[in-house]
Amino acid sequence: MTDLLRPRAIGTPMERVDGWAKVTGTAPYAFEHPTSAPLYVHPLQAEIARGEVRYIDSHAAEDLDGVAVVLTHENAPRLATDSDAELWVLQTPEVAFRGQLIGAVLAETPEIARQAAGLVRVEYRQEQHDVVLRANHEALYTPEVVNPAFPAESHEGDVEAARPEVVIEQTYTTPMEHNSPMEPHATIASWSNGTLTLHDSTQGVHVMRSRIAPVLGLEPERIRVIAPHVGGGFGSKGTAHAHNILAALAARMAGGRPVKLALTRQQMFALVGYRTPTIQRVRLGADRDGTLSVVAHDVIEQTATVQEFAEQTAVGTRTMYAAPNRRTTHRLAALDVPVPFWMRAPGEAPGMFATEVAMDELAEACGLDPIELRSHNEPAVDPGTGRPFSARHLAECLREGAERFGWAGREPHRDGDWLVGTGVASATYPRYAMPGSTATIRHHAGRYEVLIGAADLGTGTWTALSQIAADALGCHFEDVRLEIGDTDLPAATVAGGSSGLGSWGSTVVDAARRFREKFGTDPDDGDEADGAMPDNPDAQRYSMHSFGAHFAEVRVNADTGEVRVPRMLGVFSVGRVVNPLLARSQLIGGMTMGLSMALHEHSVLDPQFGHVINHDFGQYHIAAHADVADIDAIWLDEHDPHSNPMGSRGVGEIGIVGSPAAIANAAYHATGIRIRDLPITPDKLLR
Amino acid sequence: MNPFDYEQATDVAHAVGAVTRNPGAVFLAGGTNLVDHLKLGVSDPELLVDVSRLPLDEVRELPDGVRVGAAVRNSDLAAHPLIRRRFPVLAQALLAGASGQLRNLATTGGNLMQRTRCPYFQDVTTPCNKRRPGAGCSAIGGHHRDAAILGTSQHCVATHPSDMAVAMAALDGVVRVQGDGGERGIPVAEFHRLPGDEPQRDTVLRHGELITAVDLPGTASRSVYRKVRERASYAFALVSVAAVVEVEDGVVREARIALGGVAHKPWRATQAEDALRGAVVGEQVFRDAAEAELAAAAPLAGNAFKVPMARNTLVAALRQLTGGQR
Repeated sequence: MTDLLRPRAIGTPMERVDGWAKVTGTAPYAFEHPTSAPLYVHPLQAEIARGEVRYIDSHAAEDLDGVAVVLTHENAPRLATDSDAELWVLQTPEVAFRGQLIGAVLAETPEIARQAAGLVRVEYRQEQHDVVLRANHEALYTPEVVNPAFPAESHEGDVEAARPEVVIEQTYTTPMEHNSPMEPHATIASWSNGTLTLHDSTQGVHVMRSRIAPVLGLEPERIRVIAPHVGGGFGSKGTAHAHNILAALAARMAGGRPVKLALTRQQMFALVGYRTPTIQRVRLGADRDGTLSVVAHDVIEQTATVQEFAEQTAVGTRTMYAAPNRRTTHRLAALDVPVPFWMRAPGEAPGMFATEVAMDELAEACGLDPIELRSHNEPAVDPGTGRPFSARHLAECLREGAERFGWAGREPHRDGDWLVGTGVASATYPRYAMPGSTATIRHHAGRYEVLIGAADLGTGTWTALSQIAADALGCHFEDVRLEIGDTDLPAATVAGGSSGLGSWGSTVVDAARRFREKFGTDPDDGDEADGAMPDNPDAQRYSMHSFGAHFAEVRVNADTGEVRVPRMLGVFSVGRVVNPLLARSQLIGGMTMGLSMALHEHSVLDPQFGHVINHDFGQYHIAAHADVADIDAIWLDEHDPHSNPMGSRGVGEIGIVGSPAAIANAAYHATGIRIRDLPITPDKLLR
Repeated sequence: MNPFDYEQATDVAHAVGAVTRNPGAVFLAGGTNLVDHLKLGVSDPELLVDVSRLPLDEVRELPDGVRVGAAVRNSDLAAHPLIRRRFPVLAQALLAGASGQLRNLATTGGNLMQRTRCPYFQDVTTPCNKRRPGAGCSAIGGHHRDAAILGTSQHCVATHPSDMAVAMAALDGVVRVQGDGGERGIPVAEFHRLPGDEPQRDTVLRHGELITAVDLPGTASRSVYRKVRERASYAFALVSVAAVVEVEDGVVREARIALGGVAHKPWRATQAEDALRGAVVGEQVFRDAAEAELAAAAPLAGNAFKVPMARNTLVAALRQLTGGQR
């Protein structure tokens, strides 16, 4: 990558430009866009996990005052293609998982719609379901690739034949988990002159459009998606889900009126994806001095019968440690369950839990400090690809963190009724850059309008992208007027894989440079130029990853097994940080989600019924304020000259990777009890 | 949610009469549990009689104790000087319950009427004997991590969720109720029922009887509430212990103990109390007392941990109250 930006606006802790609108409640979220005379949609969901709808009696619902129509597979408009099975909504009576959409009520108010939904009687032909992931499931298979496009297996040397002096071989499990953004998934759909408009809570307006257009049999230009503000997504809003199609179908039946659909929290547990449970076998072999000779990571996870989603659980291990004998594998079981999907650092977050706890176990077996073991095994090049790293500063992160956290001389100790310990874990996350974004820059009324259909999930895109544009144009931050979140703007890639700001930023920089080339520094009103996400030849030459080191202090109550985390520190290598205020929020947010993953989150899929039974916030526990004490995130002062013109890498996901392992390792340090199955709940530490 | 009628009660007699006359009527106080149930379809009343504005929101001193009005908000009760001074166990229990927002709305009477948080009870797509007698219990063969270990039946293993009620049971509180035919007092420890073969009945209240107050006798300055939950924020108890202990010269003179999260009701631990009375304070005595109480525990596979957890928590609470060392 040539031509790094000269940082002026970037690197400064600008406050969110959209902050005022948000705290005053005037920033419109999907459901809040002004809509005249809408009908409200309440989905009907299957109450069996496998079989088919035999009969739906909707007369009582239709007779209710205020009900416009009851939509079922019998009267729903036809879709164009079943190539995307998750979106093949209300086209057949088949039921492939409990909670699947089997209909919807359209009514004058949400209350009437919900009441009417309760009056619809459904008869099923029920088949025996299979919803429990097991290591010995008879239908395990190897997927062709794992998300997004990695080979499912990697092999080097001979893991089985190797005879290391010290061997750790253990099974680690992580549970099903659900994304729970503050803003539930919601959509407003309206048809006008053959064009469908969706106000949606999405991580990518163009991605949403391109996925649903073929399903609806429409040219993409006939669909407009608008999402200026998104109340969190963590991956679940990374693309369209079935309810988006339901809303479009409902709007077809609404006689020209718009329809509003907001999923309830409970409905989200079946309809918008989740993190697959994993069963992970890790084998590490080393000499007594800690030199790794074997790294094997074999993963079993689930997918849906409807559609495959293969999580890349062992992929992080390929980059992390070198050894002459290495193996990673993924096996899937297709179960009668909802479709899994992205959840913050899909793959890396559960995968690195297993690897980094195993490293802690290996350090102990070798009699080494866990930091020493990790530093000792730092590879010169990416062990997965053989390419040099654009920047691998893991050792610095570990060293810096150890100093600031007070690692030296750590001893487990007792403080009253509490057992206290500390732990460490490493983290890595790939630097993704998604091709396909374009941007327009226009000079208007003395300011620069920057147009790109990017998304702001609450991460700060409005602010950070404006900072990049200001530096790229060499103008004041205040002279930039950004527009994002609309398919009427130039195309932008998804806010996913921590790729958003890097990809859109590169695109805006390209547009800015073209603008300056064409119009110089004194443009006329109306001058405009387009740019696109440029090719980056360095992407093929270098392995680009972010790294991090997590430190955690854990207290375990000796009587009750309660676990509390008074202190966490993350030290990250993420290239140049575009906005320290926003980046820190992202990183401590990721670490908080890691804390939550370590101690709380667990979707309980009931084998009797096949649905998640703890499907609300009273029961699906997420770390909240009282659980989050002193969490800090810092980063190395650096820039990545190969990544993009900003010298940055993403910060959205590296924070969650590794943090659950650091907490598990600290809990072991405190208690001597090794927990290999998340979450770490009091019952597992009770003695 | 189905449509319902709403009526604001003008006085206690009006409230009692309105509900008594209509089998489909229920009282509405803070609504922090009932309104959820309306939305979830768990409850489907014809008429809500709002009692939240009745003049029952006073905490006042009695000759030997304190009377807490049924409409007193949980936040206000927890902060009340009389409660903080005389019944620290109750103030602690209230503050351990729910979230600040909920405590600001929830009332004393409503809290006692709170229903189980068993996930199957709250999910109308699954069978539950408590919602529909005879339907079967989904928790016994399913997810029952939070279920009861004491006093269960083959029909129901749900727990009573309140923290406040556990403390009140240990305090020998008496629930004052007003019915069509007059007033009566029911000890808190006898107010809630074990499931037996009628798990749909949570309490001994008759339809139309309104809680007007809870009387707390005496004082319990040496008391503590210890709640175990997996996170520090809003969560129902895995197990909890309310303990009131009086010690003289190293000997337990009086012990009143109730356990939460272990039964269909606040569980008054009389076995443990008997074992403690007259015993010399010490770790082994505490442990023996706890074991005596839990000897009858009949956990399921998924909540067997509650037996040692309840034992350890009770021992820890006693140790804390008596200043004992491990």
